[in-house]
Amino acid sequence: MAGDYFKIIRGGLNSTFQDLGRKNLYHIGLPFSGAMDKRNYLIANKLVNNNKNDAVVEFAFQGPALKYFGEKRNIVVTGNVNFKILKNDNSKYNAECYKTIKIENGDIIDILSTINSVYGYFSVNGGFKLDKVWDSFSTTIRAKVGPNNGCKLTDGQEIELNNSKLSPNKKLNFINTKIEFIRVIKGTNYDYFSEKSLKNFFAKTFKVTKLTDRMGMRLEGNRLDNIKNTNIKSEGLVKGTIQVPADGCPIILLSDHGTIGGYPKIGVVISADYDKLVQITPGSKIKFKEIQLKDAENLYKIYNMETNNILNKII
Amino acid sequence: MIKNIVNLGDAAIYCDFGHDVNKEINSKVIKYFRALKQKNLKGITNLSPSYNKLIITFDLNETCFDNLKQEIIDLNINMKVENQSQKINIPICCDDEFSLDIERIEKKFGKSKSEIINLFLNKNYFCYMTGFVAGMPFLGDIDNKIQLNRLKTPRVKVPKGSIGLTEQFCNIYTFESPGGWNIIGKTPINIFNPSNKKKPNLISPGDEVAFYEIKKKDFTKFYGR
Repeated sequence: MAGDYFKIIRGGLNSTFQDLGRKNLYHIGLPFSGAMDKRNYLIANKLVNNNKNDAVVEFAFQGPALKYFGEKRNIVVTGNVNFKILKNDNSKYNAECYKTIKIENGDIIDILSTINSVYGYFSVNGGFKLDKVWDSFSTTIRAKVGPNNGCKLTDGQEIELNNSKLSPNKKLNFINTKIEFIRVIKGTNYDYFSEKSLKNFFAKTFKVTKLTDRMGMRLEGNRLDNIKNTNIKSEGLVKGTIQVPADGCPIILLSDHGTIGGYPKIGVVISADYDKLVQITPGSKIKFKEIQLKDAENLYKIYNMETNNILNKII
Repeated sequence: MIKNIVNLGDAAIYCDFGHDVNKEINSKVIKYFRALKQKNLKGITNLSPSYNKLIITFDLNETCFDNLKQEIIDLNINMKVENQSQKINIPICCDDEFSLDIERIEKKFGKSKSEIINLFLNKNYFCYMTGFVAGMPFLGDIDNKIQLNRLKTPRVKVPKGSIGLTEQFCNIYTFESPGGWNIIGKTPINIFNPSNKKKPNLISPGDEVAFYEIKKKDFTKFYGR
């Protein structure tokens, strides 16, 4: 390799390059994809002085271990993540999220696991040397679309970096908070469900199952009784849609969702709650709360403002 | 022309063109799809046409449901929309190795394999939509003498290129994936090619598709296409 690069010692469970997502391809069957937790993605780029839509590595649960070859650079990890730095002199230490770490030739970043959360982000100053696919660095594994041939990071591969000077050291005081309720707007098939099921939908808790990934989150705990029709004509879907198949167990569609489907939609998670929704781990309980469109729009404005305030604190 | 426009969550619009699935209603959907694509209204991030619906997603930072709904209502749909429909011929091989469900179909309809294949080959199909997985075309309408329900238990793996029937529709599996359609053959050509950056999907909504039969020994002629 000519320039600086990382050698992937361990790819991790589901480590992919992501950015803000890929637009205008729903009609051919490609979802947005992009970083699941946009706020932590944006913070990761800002802390190492990168552009807001540069590629980062998103990982789920267990992250990658990467060995660095090159001149001094800053890296950062965002999320709630347990990771270690193994220095080239064989010393090692537990590192902190939201704080840039200067790495040198031969250092290893070992991202062990996310803590009480699903996704974390790894960025490097200068950014990864990748080609955009349809104007985006996002990876959609199912369609093999994106940089790195649309694949996850794999053991042994090497990833080149863009030439860059060492960025200044930065730190952000930030704590990821959880939400008590996932707020939803009624879906287009809301009236397909029995009165009792609709009452339960907002009153009882659901459990997030292990059948959860970038495509969707399967829930269990209360079967929702469809009294009208368990199949509708296949139609477009959007992320955050809560659809209910014939078995009565809801599925929340996430960023890599299939673009067309024929299950009734009971509701849609509001945009303001998406970043926090995706971080909920399998086994956790969640509760839904109904909200009106106007309130959802305002909550998104507030959420966005908060994100900008956080980013503006990084100087 | 749009029967009903409602919000789907806080960042999408759901346009309903009517209950039925037919070419007439779908043509209206596609007309709106193309007009909106051409018009490039502020904030729209995706257009998702299907049999009788058009779902439009937008960036909440740039617009909102009320604004965009009004813009769609005000849209001059008689504006000249470039006719982009293409006619596409797709080779299909129905050798036993690839027509996984043919025996069951023969029994169900009391017809021979060649009768069934001919009924399938004798029609031109209209592409109602593409999606679910990248590039998968939903084509119709199948001759009503060979219309079938979905498999009771879907296959865990349907091979890439498989051509399947369900109700009045036919589709082509662009990737190996789970699936419950009745498989009658396989095409050697790539229906979705991510390395073709300009046009990854061979078939787009509104296109017309015809199938022609080939033998397995001809497969090599199509490699790389």
